[in-house]
Amino acid sequence: MNKWLNPRSAFGIALITIALLGLPFVAAMGGQAWVRILDFAILYVFLALGLNIVVGFAGLLDLGYIAFYAVGAYTWALLASPHFGLHLPIWAILPIGAGLACIAGVLLGSPTLKLRGDYLAIVTLGFGEIVRIFMNNLNAPINITNGPQGITLIDPVTIGGLKFSGNTQLFGLTLSGPMKYYYLLVALAILVIIINLRLQHSRIGRAWQAIREDEIAAKAVGINTRNIKLLAFAMGASFGGIAGGVFAAMQGFVSPESFSLMESIMILAMVVLGGMGHIPGVILGAVLLSILPEVLRYGVGPAQMALFGKMLVDPESLRMLVFGLALVLVMRFKPAGLWPSPERKRELSEAAK
Amino acid sequence: MDIFLQQIVNGLVQGSIYALVALGYTMVYGIMGLINFAHGEVVMIGTLVTITVAGSLIKAGMPVALAGLAGLSASVLVCMALGWGLERIAYRPLRNAPRLTPLITAIGMSIVLQNLAMMIWGRNYLTFPALLPKINFEVAGAHFTFIQVVIVLVSAATMGGLLALIYRTKLGMAMRATAQNPAVASLMGVNINRVIAAAFVIGSALGALAGVMVGTYYEIAHYQMGFMLGLKAFTAAVLGGIGNLAGAMLGGLLLGLIEALGAGYIGDLTGGFLGSHYQDIFAFIVLIVVLMFKPSGLFGEKTGDRA
Repeated sequence: MNKWLNPRSAFGIALITIALLGLPFVAAMGGQAWVRILDFAILYVFLALGLNIVVGFAGLLDLGYIAFYAVGAYTWALLASPHFGLHLPIWAILPIGAGLACIAGVLLGSPTLKLRGDYLAIVTLGFGEIVRIFMNNLNAPINITNGPQGITLIDPVTIGGLKFSGNTQLFGLTLSGPMKYYYLLVALAILVIIINLRLQHSRIGRAWQAIREDEIAAKAVGINTRNIKLLAFAMGASFGGIAGGVFAAMQGFVSPESFSLMESIMILAMVVLGGMGHIPGVILGAVLLSILPEVLRYGVGPAQMALFGKMLVDPESLRMLVFGLALVLVMRFKPAGLWPSPERKRELSEAAK
Repeated sequence: MDIFLQQIVNGLVQGSIYALVALGYTMVYGIMGLINFAHGEVVMIGTLVTITVAGSLIKAGMPVALAGLAGLSASVLVCMALGWGLERIAYRPLRNAPRLTPLITAIGMSIVLQNLAMMIWGRNYLTFPALLPKINFEVAGAHFTFIQVVIVLVSAATMGGLLALIYRTKLGMAMRATAQNPAVASLMGVNINRVIAAAFVIGSALGALAGVMVGTYYEIAHYQMGFMLGLKAFTAAVLGGIGNLAGAMLGGLLLGLIEALGAGYIGDLTGGFLGSHYQDIFAFIVLIVVLMFKPSGLFGEKTGDRA
């Protein structure tokens, strides 16, 4: 714990804190849309760190992670909206959502324990699709999810009388809805980062790493691989569930469209592009991949106007095109991710020799 | 009983399309051990190229059969070039990278191809030109069309040709050798780069053919159609045991049959609780159940520890 008392790192932490606190006010100068983009960046940090437990720490390739996010989001939507007339408080819904997502994680994990690598990937992918198809179709004969229309008018987060939607005056500052969610999300993200950091070098974290490197050897030294793998699925899923709940409250609306396979893939791309298993790398990957398409959205159209004097191609598809190219190029020149952990970097350079 | 036969026919047709696409996944996987996530987009481009080429030729007054052939050859050529390009850009530079890296480049290429297609062909559904005459048959209460017969026959012939290529020619031998052990194969004088490129090119040609079939069968196409088709075909490949050619063919047929029968009977089985829109679930449920009992697919060899 001495490192926390080191004046230099204390100074660093203070700087980061000030930057994190001030960021939404800077973003708000560009309009509330940018604050919302920040919100989503942090939500993705949260999700990517959850997935990092499964993929980065335990080495289990999960392509259906979005299913847990969906479970969390629908839990919130059903328990706090006029759809069923229920309006439970956040202290009830978030644990229920996390719990249900955790159960879903174990449900997915237990039949797939024997599978390895790509087989696991395709089963998780199938699971994600199954969840999405059910959400799309569970509006008949009993209307549970309201089908493709989704659920609207979802309650915002309310903590101790403070409603997170709309403006609030605080110490002479006007806090907009997205700004309040920003602080909530930052708090949650810091919590996840701390859990991730503590897990990484714990007994469990080392057991995950052992399974990732060689499952048979891990079993041989007495690790209960079944329970440890299930634990990875369950923990990753719970984080997904919490993130989903906040997402539903923030949006006020959920529909199956938000939980497509592409979303799972995007979160996986964040983990891999940043540097699998390395917490700062994953955070970087999540922030970059969530902000980049938005920056492109605002940048691509005007850039075309400036270059050619007219819109040559639809900016929406051009921005995704650039985004896809960016994924390819980064992986091409940084195969271990943008910010890989030092050990991994060493392993790779040794393998190349 | 006639529903049963009817669904068998539908399942066989859909299954042969899945099988053709699944072969593209399984060939690449067998040789390189990686999932070519962009393969579905190759199939989509194949369909859309045919629409443009065949459609404009028909408009120009060319006989339908000739225009169809021209469209097919154009789409096969474009897709072969695309497969070759994919391998050069997204896979070859990463051959020694960590296993998940090529997965991300494949996803990147998939996004690029989808958006390119949207820029070229637009967001709307396109009508596929009628290349084959609409003739109906009826055997033992099951209705089927000339198009369905052609799809099943052509894909069976293509698969036969592919098996002959893999097991009877020198290139096929080189491919099998590379799949077993690339290092040793290259010591024996096999040009690994060429073999891998060939796997991508052949797989893409099969994909183009499948794309034309999908277009002829459903009569519409869309820039996002490759995604679900690729997903199902990949499921079929895994179901049969990925990396195994016969497995991909049987897996494809099986998946087609399961889906068709499932969609036909789910209403009766659940007393009307679940309707046929749950069709897509079958593919995945069957996959999960099969893999629970046979973790390397129905016909797959035991895979090594790669994760």
